[in-house]
Amino acid sequence: MTGRDDLEPGNRQIGAAPALGVEIPLTSSRPATARRLAAVYTPAVVAFAAVILLWEGTTRLLDVETFLLPKPSEIITSFVDTWSTVWEFGFRTLWEAFGGFVIGVVAAVATSFAAVRWVRFREGMLPIAIAMNSMPIVALAPIFNNWFGSTNVLAKMSVAAVVVYFPVMINTTRGLLEVDPGELELMRSVAAGPTETMRRVRIPHALPFFFASLKVASALSLIAAIIAEYFGGPQNVLGQYIINRANLFQFPDAWAAILVASLLGIAFYVLILVMERLAMPWHVSFRETE
Amino acid sequence: MTLVVEARSVSKTFGRAGEAVSALAGIDLEMSQGDFISLIGPSGCGKSTLLRLIADLAKPTGGELSVNGKTPERARTDRDYGMVFQSATLLDWRTVTKNVELPLEIMDVGGSERARRAEEMLKLVQLGQFADHFPWQLSGGMQQRVAIARALAFSPALLLMDEPFGALDEMTRELMQQEVLRLWGETGTSVVFVTHSIPEAVFLSTRVLVMTPRPGTISHEIAIDLPSRRDNETRKNPRYFELITEVRDALRSHD
Repeated sequence: MTGRDDLEPGNRQIGAAPALGVEIPLTSSRPATARRLAAVYTPAVVAFAAVILLWEGTTRLLDVETFLLPKPSEIITSFVDTWSTVWEFGFRTLWEAFGGFVIGVVAAVATSFAAVRWVRFREGMLPIAIAMNSMPIVALAPIFNNWFGSTNVLAKMSVAAVVVYFPVMINTTRGLLEVDPGELELMRSVAAGPTETMRRVRIPHALPFFFASLKVASALSLIAAIIAEYFGGPQNVLGQYIINRANLFQFPDAWAAILVASLLGIAFYVLILVMERLAMPWHVSFRETE
Repeated sequence: MTLVVEARSVSKTFGRAGEAVSALAGIDLEMSQGDFISLIGPSGCGKSTLLRLIADLAKPTGGELSVNGKTPERARTDRDYGMVFQSATLLDWRTVTKNVELPLEIMDVGGSERARRAEEMLKLVQLGQFADHFPWQLSGGMQQRVAIARALAFSPALLLMDEPFGALDEMTRELMQQEVLRLWGETGTSVVFVTHSIPEAVFLSTRVLVMTPRPGTISHEIAIDLPSRRDNETRKNPRYFELITEVRDALRSHD
């Protein structure tokens, strides 16, 4: 893995994340890196600051009522005041989302492997799975509440798991199957069996598809958890907190909870980017550009 | 002595009866250890198909075909041949060394022995200093050399090459031809080489088999009686031009 470093010593821009167009730096061993980082992040920081200032300015200037749209300063004040509550609730919601995410991903990968291994299974199950994918799965939340009991964390995790399952399963199966026929012939020419081909060609080939679907799934799992919470259950979670504070017209509190949900979603996403970078450092999206 | 490749009226048809397309018909071929045979002909003459039959990447529909005295399938699972494809087909996620080690990994060769073989092979194709590079960091010619090193890594008796230099520029191509001849001399392997370049076929081979399409058959067999040491002088040898003309006439005789 040192070859790329030898080739272009001055060039250390690593970790382009295609979906967001954001650079995630993982190594910073040279002074040039700091300047590069600044160059990469400055536009995003400036744009973000501009939006916040514009929001604050317009709400003040037009005297927008807090219950319609609170000022950013009001949201931040509430965020600081309710700090321990929103984070506690936030992590409980994140746990539901993450638990569901893990269950959904494991089930999806197992299905994908089975779909590659058994053609019959693939031909029978995949069309059904794709059809089910267009079902609005969060609509199942009340059913799952009934099955597991609305206070059982599994009720929320199940919704997240089902939401995560389909995109991950469909993308991973595609990645495992849509392999360059030339590479399959190469494996055949060296008398490699199906397990060898799976390990050395199909799985590496599916990784970019898999991680792309995980990025989508990470956001979906949080959405699913919060919406499932709206349908009832324990009160000490973000979804119920947002409903309760909104009912009491405490909109800055609701917005502070939304801010927590967003920060958790971003953290979840970044975690997956880091895993992606570690799992496939060879991938085209991480190559140094001139 | 066993023939490396022996074909008796081998044929290959694609599709079902009624709309079947005959790709190869009546192929007879005898190849001894150390032969360098080129298959040449226009697109669709079945030269790649014949190579794929030898490699057991497709099955003949008629006739007898044996590789190293075995069925092609047995020869494949015994790893009697190494194959170089039209495109280098290197795995993007592996370094040059790891790509060369791929067949050895599948053969369960131990780590240190794999590393030793890979190093030796990369030295042979003169890419020793690129061992830790990734395929996308190499030029097309270098990638194809890695593919050759991979095919030779387990010292197969037979090297099958399917238009390996088709995508390379003329200068690189001539260098690669020199390289292949050197490897052939050093390793003592037999080579079946598919090409559509007449000078390439003449320069490399001990025998050129001219193929004609619809259905694919071997129409001429031309022994290349150039001195066994081939270099840039060979390319100026009057006999070289005569042989090129002979192959060209053989290809045209069926228009």
